[in-house]
Amino acid sequence: MSDSREFDLAATSVRELNQYLHAELPGSDVTRISVQNPNGQHSIGAGLDCPVEVDIHGHAGYFIAGMNKQARVTVHGNVGWSVGENMMSGQVRVNGHASESAGASAHGGLLVIDGDASSRCGISLKGGNVVVAGDVGHFSAFMAQAGTMVVCGNAGANLGDSLYEAVIYVGGSIDSLGADAREEPMEASDVEALRDLLTEAGLEGDAENFRRVGSARSLYHWNAEAHQEY
Amino acid sequence: MNGPSEQVSLPLAGGPEQLEASASFDADVMAYIRRATQCGLYDIRGMGAKRRLPTFDDLVFLTASASRYPLEGYREQCTSRTVLGGRFATKPIELDIPVTIAGMSFGSLSASAKDALGRAASEMGTSTTTGDGGMTPEERQSSKTLVYQCLPSRYGFNPDDLRQADAIEIVIGQGAKPGGGGMLLGQKVSSRVAGMRTLPEGIDQRSACRHPDWTGPDDLAIKIGELREITDWEKPIYVKMGATRVFDDVKLAVKAGADVVVIDGMQGGTAATQQVFIEHTGIPTLAALPQAVEALEEMDMAGEVGLIISGGIRTGADVAKALALGADAVSIGQAALIALGCNNRCHHDGEGWVDVSDDYQQLGTAPGFCHHCQTGRCPVGITTQDERLEQRLLPEKAADWVRNYLQVVNMEVTTLARACGKSDVHHLEREDLAALTVEAAAMARIPLAGTSWIPGCSTSNTDPGS
Ligand SMILES: Cc1cc2nc3c(=O)[nH]c(=O)nc-3n(C[C@H](O)[C@H](O)[C@H](O)COP(=O)(O)O)c2cc1C
Ligand code: SF4
Repeated sequence: MSDSREFDLAATSVRELNQYLHAELPGSDVTRISVQNPNGQHSIGAGLDCPVEVDIHGHAGYFIAGMNKQARVTVHGNVGWSVGENMMSGQVRVNGHASESAGASAHGGLLVIDGDASSRCGISLKGGNVVVAGDVGHFSAFMAQAGTMVVCGNAGANLGDSLYEAVIYVGGSIDSLGADAREEPMEASDVEALRDLLTEAGLEGDAENFRRVGSARSLYHWNAEAHQEY
Repeated sequence: MNGPSEQVSLPLAGGPEQLEASASFDADVMAYIRRATQCGLYDIRGMGAKRRLPTFDDLVFLTASASRYPLEGYREQCTSRTVLGGRFATKPIELDIPVTIAGMSFGSLSASAKDALGRAASEMGTSTTTGDGGMTPEERQSSKTLVYQCLPSRYGFNPDDLRQADAIEIVIGQGAKPGGGGMLLGQKVSSRVAGMRTLPEGIDQRSACRHPDWTGPDDLAIKIGELREITDWEKPIYVKMGATRVFDDVKLAVKAGADVVVIDGMQGGTAATQQVFIEHTGIPTLAALPQAVEALEEMDMAGEVGLIISGGIRTGADVAKALALGADAVSIGQAALIALGCNNRCHHDGEGWVDVSDDYQQLGTAPGFCHHCQTGRCPVGITTQDERLEQRLLPEKAADWVRNYLQVVNMEVTTLARACGKSDVHHLEREDLAALTVEAAAMARIPLAGTSWIPGCSTSNTDPGS
């Protein structure tokens, strides 16, 4: 039995590929999957749950590697909305650009975007890490609860709106901060954590020159004066 | 009515009955304004709309007589078996009764309340639903058929629970607050609840009202595709919506690929929502259901796509009428809570009844009037995370109550179905109903009793203008 397999999505359906990834792959000797001709199709590699390397050669659609666990997925191209959404563990890497909501609600794992990410990148983040080498669009890290988002380029308007405990590091400019988001001093521990993340993501960057954005936590209680008597 | 001069001459004479209250600014409105001045935050409460609305009570059955013959009550079979989700899913949901338990989160409900509902539902052969807080191992264990909600917040949402669910319900909205997100006040965000939701303990939690990873109906179709891929097309996918523009919304959900559409009318309960939402948004369940049915029929999808209706369903009669109007099943929230002992003056400690009126009083209410689920201080242990209060609900005992209640409801449904000459509760039809009020006739599109008049309906053989 070989340790790698190739799927040509011009000839095989996404359904057949995913069925294989869910049912046959775990427990087999296959450790590498190569996917050709994704042609913008959606949900490729959604629901992976084993330590495998998946390479998708070309542009892919929405929800690539959605809810990923354990697998390391690389897209050699651009992706549509919500790549790596609700990821639990493992790593998803996009060599190109990502459309909206990249890494939405990710609970764990690492999402790396080598290009730019569009709006709402890292929305609702729940413990995962998102590293974007380029820029991110508006409302990124909206309501992000836990985890870290790194933007090496510039961030669009309303960054970190209604942020909870997630932390954002930005290397470039910030168009504006969202409600309850505030810039905070970079401590030594931030520099260290950021350096580790950049290394893990295989990216260069001068961690000392990043800015930290966190939550002012003023929305944690709706009406502080009322002592929760509502 | 006194003239102006008399009023001037008798400023303080007579009892209150001679004082004229304002219809616009009555005592309730004044209390509302005063409360706002003191609190600076809108009123948040639990349960459903309290105002009077046209309901299933405004319909009656035209049971059999000379023109139709009935089935024998105890001798002839009448099945209530209900299958949901066969459109695309390879493993549809099969239930023994057409009454399901609606999604109520662990967090809003105590673990013992969830446990009791799961046990009762399993005994009766029906399903329960998770909620805005993820799936607990306890509820997976106690509930034989468990529907897993995919909500905008995605609290605790994960692929393992997705795969161990029996169906998936994508929540776009709910009847108590269509267009609004979930709320859980800090009092209920205990360490376990906070951990499951990845939030700091004790914060006032307001969850998102839009999904993080998709926006419009075209995206919804792709999202449904992703969930199907992850679960290998096995599990039925429900789409739940609050009842507003029901006709259009149902069509969009069907086009997006839903196996089952859940419509929650404006009476639908909640654990905590702004009062302004509860009383002033959405349309009554009675009006929503025919719109949903019409949408399915127009798309030739009735029977293919399942339809669950909820919002103020209480009795076997309600369920039977909902089925007759075209629903495949109903879902209940508040009624299930009341079966657990909600608004009861006493809780049962295993040996006897213990009066807890004082606890209601401390909440500023009384048994029978309580809607204080948002406080987390439920006197009967249902909507609380307080360890002491939670112990007031004994899961096994409460499960018996809920099971008995569901049994009564189902018996009433089959009783009515038999009397209409039906050997299957799903054979109940619109033709079996008459409306008691003009409003109900117009909303339900059922002829006003004693006439063939359906207001606003051009197909009626009576001229609506006459
Ligand atoms: C205590 C409580 C908690 C609820 N939690 C949720 C929830 O987490 N998700 C959801 O979609 N609906 C939730 N609902 C709404 C119910 O699922 C359902 O739509 C509603 O209760 C039906 O109306 P009824 O209560 O009149 O039967 C909740 C309702 C109640 C009473
Ligand atoms: S008794 Fe408990 S469940 Fe019922 S309305 Fe009051 S707080 Fe809510």
